[in-house]
Amino acid sequence: MKLLESPSVYIRNISISYQNKIIFHNMNLTLNGGQTTCILGASGVGKSTLLRIIANLVSANHLSQGKDHTNASISSDNLIPVCEQISYIAQTDLLLPWLNVIDNVLLGFRLRKTNRKTLSAQQSLAKNLLKEVGLEQAIHMHPHQLSGGMKQRIALVRTFIEGKPIVLMDEPFSSLDTINRFHLQDLTANLLHKKTILLVTHDPLEALRLADHIYIMSGNPAMLSSFLTLNSQTPRDPSSEEMITLYSSLLQRLLGR
Amino acid sequence: MNIFLRGFILIISLTLLWEGVVTIFKLPSYILPAPIDVLKTWFEYKNLIASQLMTTLTETLLGLSLGIIFGCFTALMMAFFKPVTFWILPILLISQAIPTFAIAPLLVIWFGYGITAKIVTTILMLFYPITSSFFDGLRRTETGWLDLAKTMNANKFRMFWHIRIPAALPALASGVRVATAIAPIGAVVGEWVGASKGLGFLMLNSNERMQIDLMFASLITIILFSLILYFCVNRLLRTFIPWQVEQ
Repeated sequence: MKLLESPSVYIRNISISYQNKIIFHNMNLTLNGGQTTCILGASGVGKSTLLRIIANLVSANHLSQGKDHTNASISSDNLIPVCEQISYIAQTDLLLPWLNVIDNVLLGFRLRKTNRKTLSAQQSLAKNLLKEVGLEQAIHMHPHQLSGGMKQRIALVRTFIEGKPIVLMDEPFSSLDTINRFHLQDLTANLLHKKTILLVTHDPLEALRLADHIYIMSGNPAMLSSFLTLNSQTPRDPSSEEMITLYSSLLQRLLGR
Repeated sequence: MNIFLRGFILIISLTLLWEGVVTIFKLPSYILPAPIDVLKTWFEYKNLIASQLMTTLTETLLGLSLGIIFGCFTALMMAFFKPVTFWILPILLISQAIPTFAIAPLLVIWFGYGITAKIVTTILMLFYPITSSFFDGLRRTETGWLDLAKTMNANKFRMFWHIRIPAALPALASGVRVATAIAPIGAVVGEWVGASKGLGFLMLNSNERMQIDLMFASLITIILFSLILYFCVNRLLRTFIPWQVEQ
């Protein structure tokens, strides 16, 4: 598959309510092409819902229960429907227990019509990628034989090999321990470099390490407010003085002080 | 404790209890034969029992396999074409509501004294547990997997084949276990209402002739056969659906 140029994504006037409670109203957000946008916020504020709307996982039905949404749109600057250009990483690795590692990595190709030639080409690419992330021995193992960090690493490789230009990440490393999380953030920054990424997280440090733009989502109904734009190379070193200062001010902001 | 040791202890204690009851109450062998008499009879009639077992075995295995095939097919239809559910579900419930014992004689009239009536009885008995367990499994696919597949632009059929069916296999396996446990009953009930062969026929026949020891020998054969069948099926399911263990 030809790698598409990473487009910008424009989210305009999105509203959603759930059980008569407005989650957010006329939300706007722009994801800059080839950059990582991060939404920080407490659990349950509606971060994942926004992500699921962009991924077209929440049905239009559900949307129309909200306010008037005639102006609502989700578009990208290459005019291809956004939901056809995304790949998605969830909180859990979502590996299928009946498939071994390499078949899990190639799941997308099994789920679409793929001819044998493409599949074998992808297979060798997948092997190389797994080798690169240090999972050479695990290629023919099944998920239950692997640790949480390994599994989420495989989920990252699965996302990468899909070759989609937009990646939506829903608290991808929240179930991992600090050290594994750190390694996987490095891997994300390297593997998914130059893609348009929306990262939803509640970990301020994760946002500071990976994001080009940080937004904070809060309130009821939820509002987005821009917090910070960073220009330095990712993954950032969390022990630098700048990071420590930013971390503390970000934390203050999240705590509402 | 080892499963064989446990089984051994269980069998020995039950046999001792049985022997004890016979000795204490001085029961004549036409009421309750002593275990040793049953064992003697078992060896004496081993050829007869073996040939009757073959018939029951064939009926059970055919009924079980066909029941699994029909059950899976019905469940797949129901899950894939949702409107079908509303038509099939009542039929499914009716098939379970009618007591198999009551319609078994009717099946003999329809399908004759041969093997077919017994197979149909067996299928009727285990159709419901198979269909309902598999259908349940197909409906309860983890939503995360379906979401993932959706973002990978999978069509409905491929999502079904690659995700929903394998995800439902552990549920199907528990249905198959239930079905395996009741399949021999189906065959034996079928034989009771009208047959010229099979362990159920032998039981009834020896009962009428007051050969209670032979009846017990047949009964024990049925029990052993059911246990071995269950053990084998369980082993097969574990080999082919290993991921059920972690769910």
